[in-house]
Amino acid sequence: MDAKDILGLPKHSLPIPQEKKSRPHKDSQRKPDGISREVYALTGGVAPLMPSVDVNQLKKRHQPENEKITWEWLSFTSSARKDDLKLYHWVRVVNGTPPTGDYQFAKYNKSVDVIKYTDEEYEKHLTDPVISRAILIARAPSPADVSSHPLVKEPYNITQEIERKRALSMVLSQTKHQERKDADAAQDAELAITLNASPEHMEKTTAPVETGSPSNIQAASGVAPLMSMADNAAAAAASLRSLRVYLRTYALDQMVQAASSSAGLRTIKRVEQFLQELKVNLKPKVPTKAVCAEHLELRKEILTLLNLQKLLQNKEEGSSYREGSYTETPDTPKRLQRGIDQDRTFVPDSVSFGAISTERVGKRDQKRKGPGREAPSSPAQSNKRPRKLKTTDSHQENRNQY
Amino acid sequence: MVRSSDDNEKKSLVKKLKDVEISVPIVYGNVAFWLGKKASEYQSHKWTVYVRGATNEDLSVVVKRVVFQLHSSFNNPIRAVESPPFELSESGWGEFEIAITLHFHTDVSDKPLHLYHHLKLYPEDDSGSLSVKKPVVVESYDEVVFAEPSEGLFARVQNHPAVIVPRLPAGFSLPPVPAEDADKRKRVDPKDNPLTQWFTNFSEADELLKLAAARQQDCFEM
Repeated sequence: MDAKDILGLPKHSLPIPQEKKSRPHKDSQRKPDGISREVYALTGGVAPLMPSVDVNQLKKRHQPENEKITWEWLSFTSSARKDDLKLYHWVRVVNGTPPTGDYQFAKYNKSVDVIKYTDEEYEKHLTDPVISRAILIARAPSPADVSSHPLVKEPYNITQEIERKRALSMVLSQTKHQERKDADAAQDAELAITLNASPEHMEKTTAPVETGSPSNIQAASGVAPLMSMADNAAAAAASLRSLRVYLRTYALDQMVQAASSSAGLRTIKRVEQFLQELKVNLKPKVPTKAVCAEHLELRKEILTLLNLQKLLQNKEEGSSYREGSYTETPDTPKRLQRGIDQDRTFVPDSVSFGAISTERVGKRDQKRKGPGREAPSSPAQSNKRPRKLKTTDSHQENRNQY
Repeated sequence: MVRSSDDNEKKSLVKKLKDVEISVPIVYGNVAFWLGKKASEYQSHKWTVYVRGATNEDLSVVVKRVVFQLHSSFNNPIRAVESPPFELSESGWGEFEIAITLHFHTDVSDKPLHLYHHLKLYPEDDSGSLSVKKPVVVESYDEVVFAEPSEGLFARVQNHPAVIVPRLPAGFSLPPVPAEDADKRKRVDPKDNPLTQWFTNFSEADELLKLAAARQQDCFEM
């Protein structure tokens, strides 16, 4: 620049056309117009200007300077072969000495011992259903030799296996409804055992889950939560008092947990959904004593509501659902009936908000009232109703009806 | 003779009031100002984390000291504040969780209480343009509950504006406690603290109304 100045030459001799030339030249190397950069990259595109991986960062093969490496075409044998066939391959030779050892893939030559038997052995031992085990034992020189064989260690018990498979298939074929019930029943059972430990309760609640929650548990589960809720609340209050100093939010948390202890995770989620629909904060923004008390009471009311809904749903679905293998105790229909009759004014699938809907509720109620609780419409209804009926679904259903 | 009456007094001071709780409403959180032109890469904001009485009353009636534990990248991340206002100011660029520990006077409790606050510097909405004048404020309301306080403590705090005490049954006599000198009592004068103007006013009325309305829904009429 300065030189040109001294010499008196013009400073800018062809700068603009030069720039223009170099830029289009570069552009054509970049990408064609008309398609986006990413699309062009899919087809392979333009090579990146910088390598994405720094070659210096890659691990180098550790090869000390004093070693001389050559590659030689040598023969080898494999212990996996029965014959002495000599094959050839490239071998990495270090300082002139070829590697020793077996062929590296020989260790994968595994074989299976298939049991074969003679006619004599068949006659003697194998006409028994428990075939293979018998022959193993018979062939063994002494019982001790063969006792570590898995077949001998765990003899096949056919009745046990039939029972196990039946249970498995029942668990596998459970619908969500059944799963839910079983989970709730199991929780109730646990709770009843830990809190009440009276012989009566123990009997009711020791029914195994796999036989598909008989109605005994259902009856117990109606009673157990009511008792345990009060116990839990008292326990929670006592533990707070023993703390002496605590935060109001912590106290509310403990009380809420105590109140929902008998509820499954799904129920708790439904309570929270309910709260959200009521435009109530899941955790109060201003947790004063009064606010926390109200919040707790609201949650308890929602829980009761959901529990009753569930009971009613079970009752209605139960009749069309259970077949054959489950035996209903004669107690059950009466119990549920009593529970339902008490809630005549309450109709589960029209949980309604606002004064307008009370009319509708009244009307629906009239239809349902009648001598036979098993209304003729109910089997049809339960077929139509989708199995996975959540509270929110029923809410939405109603909203559409308005 | 004198000794025994002293002893009696001491005993009644310590005696616990059954089924009584006193509570102290508190608010804790942070105020953060963007430094604007003066902001550098590592010091983009000036923030203050604090614990205050919900109505800006003096918490030192029950609180002896507050310890704030900051992110380990800060020098001396454990900072103790021995007198009100229980606040701590710093400058930085990052948001992190601050552990706040309340230590109480010996007649109140020997166990400290832990709070956690996530320091917020940037506004919630993406469009929120950073302003030097308007700070980002995040506060949480809570109440410290003292279950079954001693008679002595009750007597000491019953007239303090920062503490909520229940009415004791008529005829209940508390041990005499020397009244705190009203002048000596350190009052946090709102005029002194420039942050007061940014504090949220927490009112339970709104929430109570919503809850009451919810509980009155038809679905709960059984």
